[in-house]
Amino acid sequence: MSARIPAPDRTRALERRDHPLVRVLALAGLLIAWEVVTRTGWVPALFLPSPSGVIQTGVEMLRSGELLTHVVTSLRRIVLGFGLGALGGVSVGLAVGFFSLAEAVGNPLIAATFPIPKIALLPLLILWLGIGEASKVAVIMLGVFFPMAINTYTGVRNADPLLIRAAVSFGAGRWSLIRKVMLPSALPMIFAGLKLGAGTSLLLLVAAEMIAANAGIGFLVLHAQNLMETTKLMVGIVLLSILGVSTHWLLVRLERVAIPWRA
Amino acid sequence: MRVIVDRVCKTYADRHGHEVRALDDVSFTVGSEEFLALLGPSGCGKSTLLNIVAGLLTPSAGGVYLEGELPPGRSATAMVFQEFALFPWRTAQANIEFGLEELGLPPVERAARAREHITLTGLAGFETKYPHQLSGGMRQRVGIARALAVEPAVLLMDEPFSALDAQTRQLMQEELLAIWERTRKTIVYVTHNIQEAVYLADQVIVLSRRPGRVLASLPVELKRPRVEGMIGEPAFVGAAERIWSLIKGEAREALREPGA
Repeated sequence: MSARIPAPDRTRALERRDHPLVRVLALAGLLIAWEVVTRTGWVPALFLPSPSGVIQTGVEMLRSGELLTHVVTSLRRIVLGFGLGALGGVSVGLAVGFFSLAEAVGNPLIAATFPIPKIALLPLLILWLGIGEASKVAVIMLGVFFPMAINTYTGVRNADPLLIRAAVSFGAGRWSLIRKVMLPSALPMIFAGLKLGAGTSLLLLVAAEMIAANAGIGFLVLHAQNLMETTKLMVGIVLLSILGVSTHWLLVRLERVAIPWRA
Repeated sequence: MRVIVDRVCKTYADRHGHEVRALDDVSFTVGSEEFLALLGPSGCGKSTLLNIVAGLLTPSAGGVYLEGELPPGRSATAMVFQEFALFPWRTAQANIEFGLEELGLPPVERAARAREHITLTGLAGFETKYPHQLSGGMRQRVGIARALAVEPAVLLMDEPFSALDAQTRQLMQEELLAIWERTRKTIVYVTHNIQEAVYLADQVIVLSRRPGRVLASLPVELKRPRVEGMIGEPAFVGAAERIWSLIKGEAREALREPGA
């Protein structure tokens, strides 16, 4: 007599659920816990101001225009530094990846200068460019330049040789190859570099503003600490978090527009 | 346009620096409007030879000559690749226009010529699709349209259907024949499939295992246009059997070679 056994169900091991509610609750839970700890006076406001207090102070600073000055100053530095660094990095990366002579010159130079923590160059940059905007933009630029150059180079080097041969078989010259094969091949790596560079530039911005500045979010954070205005300090930190998250979001959106062929 | 392959030799250095002879004194002529199949076991240098004709490799000795008129706005050769080699960042239409851009045609003319070849290859409705959105058969249609769009004097095809499943391959062979009947291009078609070579070609050049030498040059005595029913005809079976007897031993030896 043969028994009838159901086919084994092994899907549980393959399952991975999304838990959308938990995602929201985790963030909300943290904020509530934070509010409770500070409201009940477990932790003094001098060490940890409450979330509601941070929002309140943030709104006040926005009204007085104080917040806007810092944000605009920081944004200008980061946009300039990031833009110039990315542009320079992509151009150098393309050249070094494509031309053997540029590779021979560029590779050892990049390998030698890349490991220097860029913030260590700030004193030198201040000496060369003065204490004003130029030295801060320059240090951010340097910080973005290297990941961009290295990522673009890697992207170009990893371009599919079959596609290069196909392009050449249709009579493509060097300029065509760079523009129509190398650059689009490197785009995913370029975007990875942009995301990496965005993080670096935020870090360098804050560091530079803490060392030598009288405006900007980094300055706000350090200055607030000097005056024991912990709530203002927290406003600065929350601002940095918002800046980081929104830059990343923007880059992800931009990537989807720029690389429509990636399913 | 005639293609004259004249005493072509190709040697190259492998990973360990040893000299490998890929092609040894290969000579043959492809007549104007002729469909020629280059057939041989794997590793016989048939793709190497095609790349030499395409100008993507230089022969170590001998030469390849194209004989005939080449009006401006046309390319001497164009290649269809086994792995399609479509640009993933270009839509079907933009892929087809690639060669036309390199020929320096103005955008209006590019679009017109692309349209014409989109219709010819049955790609209408797929113009704006990216390669990853297309099936293998559709992708190779784009590959063929891209090559035909530059109106090459000689069309080079490197095992164009071997990456496709058997049914798609059969359909694509028929479509290629239909396109050839209409355009009458000189075609050099590389394959390792005997049936395919006999079904498609006017002349089959059989190459030996490495170093590739011409074992035989066989005309296929089948009428045009070719239809599926001819596959059972004595002329078809006879030609296929003759080729198989020529390369059977070669193929058997190739089987024992490591990593081919």
